[in-house]
Amino acid sequence: MSFHQITCKVNGAEEIVTVPSNMTLLTMLREVLSLTGTKNGCTAGECGACTVLVDGEPVNSCMMLAVEAEGKDIVTVEGLAVDGKLDIVQETIIEKGGVQCGFCTPGMLISARALLNRNPNPSEEDVVEALVGNLCRCTGYSRIIESVQAAAKRS
Amino acid sequence: MISAHPGLPEFDYVRPATLAEASQFLAGHAAEARPFSGGTDCFVRMRDGFFTPKYLVDIKSLEGTTVLSFDAKTGLTIGAAVPMNRVAALPEANKYYPVLVEAIKSVASYQLRNRATIIGNICNASPAGDTIGSTLVYNGVLNIHGVDGAKKVPVREFFTGPGKNVLKPGDIVLSITLPVPPTGHTGKYIKLGRNRLSDLAIVGVTALGFKDPTAKSGYRFSLAVASVAPTPYVLTKAEEVLATKSITAETIAEAAQAAMDSVTPIDDVRGSASYRKFMVRNLTKRAVEDTLKKLG
Repeated sequence: MSFHQITCKVNGAEEIVTVPSNMTLLTMLREVLSLTGTKNGCTAGECGACTVLVDGEPVNSCMMLAVEAEGKDIVTVEGLAVDGKLDIVQETIIEKGGVQCGFCTPGMLISARALLNRNPNPSEEDVVEALVGNLCRCTGYSRIIESVQAAAKRS
Repeated sequence: MISAHPGLPEFDYVRPATLAEASQFLAGHAAEARPFSGGTDCFVRMRDGFFTPKYLVDIKSLEGTTVLSFDAKTGLTIGAAVPMNRVAALPEANKYYPVLVEAIKSVASYQLRNRATIIGNICNASPAGDTIGSTLVYNGVLNIHGVDGAKKVPVREFFTGPGKNVLKPGDIVLSITLPVPPTGHTGKYIKLGRNRLSDLAIVGVTALGFKDPTAKSGYRFSLAVASVAPTPYVLTKAEEVLATKSITAETIAEAAQAAMDSVTPIDDVRGSASYRKFMVRNLTKRAVEDTLKKLG
């Protein structure tokens, strides 16, 4: 099986990594770069626990090969806070009680951040549609949706 | 690593620089090499053991795969490397191909649509493909590069069975061109799923309609259905009813019944054949009524 050396940016830092062909971006982030905030829920592109930003757009990292990350700018949940200050979507999800077991949370935050970047004033339906690909087994979603709406108001 | 699903099996990732190289490689490793774009069907099938390629060929940097442009004469051309979200965001797609955009927005999730492509949806050839119906009613033509050079295949002639198409080893679908649709057309994509958003279609009805003075009824409809036959299915009989008889509640019911009688769905985890047939009838009726209302 072939190996490939790739150069990419992860949370602002340049990373040079050698990866096997069959490694997903998810595995590279978690096991090579030790960024374990991004989770593996289904390895099928359905649950969204593995969502990261690639060049500003949310992507299921289990549905992308590590070798395809060459030249890309990747942001994981670890990269949302800046200089120790939480992103507004992180603040509001805590305030609104949108976190229980926390497994879906990193993916939710990334999808929420991406939504507010492209639509700073989303309707409730916009929020629901943006989070359709992020499944949660604990909260029943209401508080997560409220937290995204609150984050939009305060941005 | 403990994972909810097996990891990807071993394979070699290959990214040819030119079309000739790519077609030659695929033809030379016919049983062992598979082209991929977003990978959203491919990786899942590989994890489940249905696809076992030794080589995955990334087509996303090949010439002709990154195009996304509208021309007032030739229509909309969408490259194989273009994710669905980008098509849905294109103003000309919204203006001239609203049914396609509606279908795109029903697919999976926003983050999956940043990888999934329309060409991939077509090549995967699932009868359930959400965007396939739109490419049928908009009369799309696939632009393909093979070992013998360029060729074109209409989408209507592309599917041969569940997951099967007319592509030969070495063939790479570079893009699809949707001709400019009739002025004033409108339509609807109704997707029946187990939940309101993001599921695979139990039944998916694509309707396109426009006023046509050459039709006896004054209207012409193009209708396609997902998940009711071995391939994405065009409702020819229903279309004929709606073109030849003046449009009344009875005609619409007759067309819907003709649709129901013509499909051959199977029982599967998402629904029974019997349920699907009734849903074809009901959703065809709804899609046609909705389109007529919008046409005024």
